[in-house]
Amino acid sequence: MAPATASAITLKINGEHHTLTVDNRTTLLDALRERLGLTGSKKGCDQGQCGACTVLVDGRRTVACLQLAVAAEGRAVTTIEGVADGEQLHPVQQAFLDLDGYQCGYCTPGQICSALGVLDEHAAGWPSAATGDVRPEAGPPPLTPEEIRERMSGNLCRCGAYVSIVQAVSQAAADPARPATGTDPKEPAA
Amino acid sequence: MKEFSYQRATDVEGAVALLDADPDARYLGGGTNLVDLMKTGVERPGRLVDVRELPLDRIEPTAEGGLRIGATVTNSDLAAHPEVRSRYPALAEAVLAGASGQLRNMATVGGNLLQRTRCPYFTDTSLPCNKRTPGSGCSAATGEHRNGAVLGASAHCVAVHPSDMGVALAAFDAVVSFETAEGSGELPLADFYLPVGDTPHRETALPQGALITAVTLPPAPVAARSRYRKVRERASYAFAIGSAAGALDVADGTVRDVRLAFGAVASHPWRARAAERMLLGQPAGEAAFAAAADAELAAAQVLEQNAYKLPLLRNLVVSLLTELAEEAAR
Repeated sequence: MAPATASAITLKINGEHHTLTVDNRTTLLDALRERLGLTGSKKGCDQGQCGACTVLVDGRRTVACLQLAVAAEGRAVTTIEGVADGEQLHPVQQAFLDLDGYQCGYCTPGQICSALGVLDEHAAGWPSAATGDVRPEAGPPPLTPEEIRERMSGNLCRCGAYVSIVQAVSQAAADPARPATGTDPKEPAA
Repeated sequence: MKEFSYQRATDVEGAVALLDADPDARYLGGGTNLVDLMKTGVERPGRLVDVRELPLDRIEPTAEGGLRIGATVTNSDLAAHPEVRSRYPALAEAVLAGASGQLRNMATVGGNLLQRTRCPYFTDTSLPCNKRTPGSGCSAATGEHRNGAVLGASAHCVAVHPSDMGVALAAFDAVVSFETAEGSGELPLADFYLPVGDTPHRETALPQGALITAVTLPPAPVAARSRYRKVRERASYAFAIGSAAGALDVADGTVRDVRLAFGAVASHPWRARAAERMLLGQPAGEAAFAAAADAELAAAQVLEQNAYKLPLLRNLVVSLLTELAEEAAR
């Protein structure tokens, strides 16, 4: 008998468990959108190049279009639908609203999920390609507009709302009320 | 996409046994390249063995004073690691220069070494490509080859290896550890990639079914002063059209030790040994740096659209080594 090409899996999305059977070819993005009705994550390029499908998996931003659903089993997935606290918008969402960090809005869920990851990664002291000196003795890099642009470069905006997006991420970073997103860019293994 | 079965490996032995028993099986790491290529039909495995949960996700010091990097360490964790940033900064910079934050969170060190070229003809299954379909011809040689190889290519294939990380690993003499059903083995990165010749579809010296388990960096004091410079067609999130990893130790104005490797010039990360040999004992300065670059590039063969890479690399070498020499003088 040929080995099974479908799998019964349980996905943990925004704290809820969903049990479903998927063809192994199903990406996490298609499982979210087509099987679970979570259409906030958008399909832009479907090739990992645009960032519209960005979600957090085990607290880290990833592109759901290159993640197989079957490989996401057992991992905690946070989509844009799980970012707000009830009716209370997350400070990153509020900052995008306050500063018009979008035009058509199609890339926005991915931008916001990516920004959540950026803020946690920066808080954990991760350098970026815009960091002048990556050595730990140089200290953590300040989150300058240049740093934000580099760290957010995996999210394209065809409307070109980049100026406001950078401002929104900057404002959210400075918000003392910003809760932990449940993300934990874990300390690298010693 | 072709249908496939999926298994999640829990130990190295089990993962290797699965691939040993099924030549149609492939390891799945972060999937950022493999899943993408499966969507377009370039890769058509019948079975995926997911290795992300194997206990290969640690970065540990070696007894010799180097670092052993597990194969499933993500690019993000590698670039964020304090020992990597402190002792091999060019490696952290190279990783950070590649892909996007999302992809670096997914991609693994082992997968990075095994990623496929982004030559547009390799990824387009409607066109001939010797790497994808042996014997079908090289569309790039007479077609679009602005980012084609200038070193070590052949008439059969002019594709370049896309890795940034690999360039720094090549500069620092990394050694790849692997496991097969027959046992474990090691390959210095210098021997890891095969020459193109007339078999561009055969890319590495890894035995059939081998699983990369770790990449080990030997101790290299010179690496503490190192940099990675990358040139691309936009400011961020693009593959290199030329890059260089360099490390330099200067004493009394004289080059005491140097490491240099190039990216986006060949089918594999290119260690610039001719340039290194020429620089040892020379006065550190622009003239020597430029002469060393010229010595390395003397063997280059350019195509109609990629001759720009030679001055690009020469300038990269001069600016990179000048910057390192100035840091050393401070």
